[in-house]
This record gives sequence, C-alpha cells and structure tokens, in this order.
Amino acid sequence: MNGIHDVGGMDGFGKVVTGEDEVLFHEDWERRAFGLLNGALGQGFFNLDEMRHGIERMNPADYLTSGYYGHWTATLAKLLVEKGMIDESELDRRTQAYQKESNKEIPRRENPELVEHMKQVVKFGASTVREISAQPKFGIGSRVKTINHNPSGHTRLPRYARGKYGIINAVYDAHVFPDAHAHGKGESPEYLYSVRLTADELWGVNGQEAVYIDLWESYLIPVNE
Amino acid sequence: MSENHNHDHHHHGHHHPSPESYWSARTKAVESLLIEKGLISSDAIESVVQFYEKDLGPMHGKKVVAKAWSDPDFKQKLLADSETVLKDLGYFGMQGEHVRVVENTEDVHNVVCCTLCSCYPWALLGLPPAWYKEPAYRSRIVKEPRSVLEEFGLVLPDKVEIRVWDSSAEIRYLVIPERPAGTEGMTEEELAELVTRDSMIGVVKVQPPARANV
Repeated sequence: MNGIHDVGGMDGFGKVVTGEDEVLFHEDWERRAFGLLNGALGQGFFNLDEMRHGIERMNPADYLTSGYYGHWTATLAKLLVEKGMIDESELDRRTQAYQKESNKEIPRRENPELVEHMKQVVKFGASTVREISAQPKFGIGSRVKTINHNPSGHTRLPRYARGKYGIINAVYDAHVFPDAHAHGKGESPEYLYSVRLTADELWGVNGQEAVYIDLWESYLIPVNE
Repeated sequence: MSENHNHDHHHHGHHHPSPESYWSARTKAVESLLIEKGLISSDAIESVVQFYEKDLGPMHGKKVVAKAWSDPDFKQKLLADSETVLKDLGYFGMQGEHVRVVENTEDVHNVVCCTLCSCYPWALLGLPPAWYKEPAYRSRIVKEPRSVLEEFGLVLPDKVEIRVWDSSAEIRYLVIPERPAGTEGMTEEELAELVTRDSMIGVVKVQPPARANV
C-alpha cells in the first residue's frame, strides 16, 4: 500500500539527527513494547509481514508522532484485536485507565518455559528461505524492469523503485513472499534478487550513485535488448 | 482497511499531554491484558529486552571486520558466501538469519538503509540507533546519499561510486569499512577496537589509531 511508511525519496524530513540516540530505549514503555512484540512474534500470534503491514496501516499523523516503538505497540494492539485475542473496547478502557493513573501496577506472571522458548527464538531466528522446484527466471547481469503496481495491501516494492529499469546484481534463494504472507495467503516463496537501480534512472540525476534493492521475482519484468 | 483506520483514531478525541503518554498507556494496557490471559509472561519480556540491552551490540560485527582486515582468505570467503562463514563463527540469530557482507574500497562506498521500515543486522550490530529508524535518514539516503554522508562528516570524491543497500527483504547487510592507514602490525583484537558501529552501516569511515580517541 502507498502508506506513510514508504518514505524513500521523500523530501522535507530535515537533517539526520544523531547525538543522544545511544540509549536503546528512551522510556520504559519502549522497552516493554520491544519485549512484548517479540514475545508475540516468537509465539506465532502473527508473522513478521503481518506485523509490518499493521504499522503501514497506521494513520499517517500517528505514524509520524508515535516514535518507533509506538509503531510496535500500534501494530501489536491492532493485530491482537483483529485475531480476536483481545477485545478492542476492553483495550481502550484499559488504555484510558493507565492514562489516568500512570503509576497503576501492571500484573506480573512468570513462565520459565516461555523464557526458554524466547531464548531459542532469539538465538536461531526464523529463516525465510524455502526450497522451490522452479529455476530462477533471471541471472546476474539480466536487464529487468520493475512493475508499476499500487496494491492496497502489503508490498516490499517501494514507490520510488516502481516502473524502473535495473540490472540483476545477485540471485538469492527463494524467500517467503510478503505480499501473500501478510494477508493469510500462505508463504508463496519466490526467488529474491538484488537489483541495481542507478541514480539517473531513479532521480534523473547524473552521479556515481546507485541503489541496490532486494526484490522478489514477481516484481520484475524481463527486458529484451 | 477503513475499519482499522477508525480504530486508530479513538485516541484523537482524548486529551493527553504528549503522544508518549498515550503510547505508554497503550503499551501497559496490552501487556496487562496479555498477562491476564496467560499469553505472555513478565520474565519472558524482560529476558528478551535484557539480551539486547546487555548481551548484544556491535561486538560481533567488529570482530568480523577485524578478521576480514587481517586475513585475506577469510575476507574472500566472507564476501563470496557471507551467510555460511558467519554461521560457522556462530554469528546468526533473529534479524541475522541471512546476511550479505559488502566491502568499501577506494572506488566504491557502500551504505545500508531500510526505506520501508528499519531492517538491520541485529545479530551482528545489536539494535539500530534511533536515527537509522527515523524518516529523515530513510527518505534521504537513497536520493541524496552524498549530502547525508556529508552530514555525518564523510565527504567522498565525486568519482567514488556510492551504493546504497535498501534492505527491502530479509537479507541484512554489513559493510566492511576500509582499513585505515597506520594499522599495520595491529592484532585482530586491537583492530576490532577501532571499528565503530556506524562504519559498519557505512555512514562514516574508520579513523586511524592516532585520531580514534579524538
């Protein structure tokens, strides 16, 4: 979808502000949001593509003002409600209760088995590579054009890279296809490629610059020379 | 879509002093409900956070870079098949399942970003700094990399090709920065000390030892 998350090439955000960013979490709730989201992902309440799409569906004003971990809480809450795991009106009431009474205790629960499970999740991660029988359609050096699509759902082909000519830089394995996986349509693995798009092609500027972007096979059209 | 759209708007009707207080309260609300339903545990949340706060950072990436600088055969293998080499060293895990290493040279400068979200090789560098995840960096680095790098203090000659790696899939990128002059004869451990996290994202160079502490 053409959401606020898709910022590549946008103007107006100003200078990159570094500096006092060296703490990982600025406030305690960010720490909890990080742990909560990983706990939900690690237990398979939803997948990473659904998680990203939940963020993309945030209202743009909220996206820009909630901070990075606000995005995580927003998608977590949205997906838990959509999956029927928590009730939205209950969540809203509870949110208001914590807004009114910021010192209100959060209940505690211990579960050493879940601690152990999460250690394994962190240690091994979750590969998105899948074996498929098909051969890759493109090879290194192949000339391709990216499709121009504007789906209402999830995609990992950003706006700035649509309808552009490029060259295949690398052929990776087949990976789970986010456009399907974010919408309960299975993993539908496809070959993934690194595609070189020059600054001239992307921005109409003549410079020694290029973007290398990872794109799935169905984002790419062969170009015959 | 429109249904979800409305859900997100509930809080706009409320008065809250800052956006943080809403998101803080929202996070606490989710946590308390999940705890009550037995779907998460406090200790599991804390153990995950603690791992990324205390046990993981850029140290793995620094060791990989120092080894690549010291051992040309290792570097060749690393560049040719990053994933296998890193797995053999035990450097993998969540957000480090698939890694490609690229090398900065006199002619080519690589820099890493994620325009759509914040993809970053956690297993090698720990969690990303805040600026990496903010729209300013994500929007501009693909379009005007030279200007952005200059803001980081890195001025590259026009003839140097800049390659911006947009991590749009599950491949995570790590940059081997150029080895600075004056480091001949240094051990891998000493070299690793010179390497910075930002140099492995590609927004700065590694400084020679005389300037490293300035």
